[in-house]
Amino acid sequence: MERSELQLRGLTPFTITLLLVLASAVPWHIPTFAPITPAFAAMAIYYWSIYRPDKLPYAATFCLGLLHDLLTGTPLGLTALTYLLVQGVLSSQRTFFHGKPFLVVWWGFSLVMPGMALVSWVIASLYFNTLLPPTQFIVQAILTVLLYPLFGLLFSALHRHMIRGN
Amino acid sequence: MRAYRGRALLLALPLKSVVQRFSFALLVGAALTVMILSRAEPQLVDNMRGAVSDGAAPILEFFSHPAASVASFIEEIDALLEVHDKNAVLEEQNSALLKWQSVAEKFSHENEELRRLLHVVPDPEASFVTARVISDSGGPFVRTVLINAGKNDRVRKGQAVINSEGLTGRVVSAGRHSARILLLTDLNSRIPVVMESSREKAVLAGDNTHHPRLEFLAVDARVNVGDRIVTSGQGGIFPPGLPVGVVSLVSEERALVQPYVNWDRLEHVTVLDYTLPGFLPETKRAGRIGALR
Repeated sequence: MERSELQLRGLTPFTITLLLVLASAVPWHIPTFAPITPAFAAMAIYYWSIYRPDKLPYAATFCLGLLHDLLTGTPLGLTALTYLLVQGVLSSQRTFFHGKPFLVVWWGFSLVMPGMALVSWVIASLYFNTLLPPTQFIVQAILTVLLYPLFGLLFSALHRHMIRGN
Repeated sequence: MRAYRGRALLLALPLKSVVQRFSFALLVGAALTVMILSRAEPQLVDNMRGAVSDGAAPILEFFSHPAASVASFIEEIDALLEVHDKNAVLEEQNSALLKWQSVAEKFSHENEELRRLLHVVPDPEASFVTARVISDSGGPFVRTVLINAGKNDRVRKGQAVINSEGLTGRVVSAGRHSARILLLTDLNSRIPVVMESSREKAVLAGDNTHHPRLEFLAVDARVNVGDRIVTSGQGGIFPPGLPVGVVSLVSEERALVQPYVNWDRLEHVTVLDYTLPGFLPETKRAGRIGALR
């Protein structure tokens, strides 16, 4: 295989996360969807932090988070911070999830996501100096956890494609 | 040689993890700094947002088309299912509206005559730009959208934004080809409004839910469910009389408003350039542009 193609495949985790950041910024015109748009990119960051942390360094995560904030009008740095925290937590736990069945990985995500929602809610409330309605944060977290299997399948297909190249 | 390399690896691995930990701490610090900076220097961050949205606008626009067509396909099926019932309702409405039209025309003429008799100073006419919504807030933090018109289209910070249903929000930052609109449901939105019939003044304050509240109502103000709310024009930023919504709930502590705008179908919006004469020199005011982008 060509060296350049290998390098290109190595960019898969970053590229798919970037696309998911854009996906959460695009207007979907689905009733009541906008405030509870699932944190698509958080799923990707969770997955790649477990399986290929070398292909999604902290600096890349930080930039993707900042881009999300700039595009969606979220307080600048907030998403960057929560994405980094997800990755930070996973960097110490990834050996636990390695080789575990999908259900365990999903269960892990169902613990990470509410934590992320709580941190964002607290920080955003401090930032705006008022309590934000918590319901939307809770619904967003639940929706993201429920959608994870779908995206997990997509990521593992991409991952297999990446490995086949090596 | 192999032994040497092995030893180097043994040293390099912990070093790598130290570097990683360091970069993690550094980036977390950077994220917090950026957040504090964006509170302290909102103008700087606004400019940055403008530049990034300008760059991303073509990409977002590209993605927003298929998303919109999927949504309209679903709506189309929905509409087909109820086409018969809707037709009957519309016919009935149409005949009622025709009657109203003649009444409105009569009043409009009469109004004009009376204004002329009284020498009323006319309200300045607003020029406008219509643009596509290319990005949504995509999360529970803010209620903003990005549109594909900016300073080059004479969109400026503070201008009122409407759609065919009513007031949508105002421009909070403008890049060259894109601008961010703060919807009237956002936590930071405050709009001077007035009850259409009783002329009671209030401020419409968003709180990130679909139902903004009425604040600063007079103590003895009479507010009833179903009262129409329009902009009061106080402050000179918004033209007076733009439809905003209807009062949907009144209780001891609060009055909530149901805006006319359907937030799920926000595809095109119109930015109004309304400048009171004397606020800005004539040369800086927008001409009459009505380009649909």
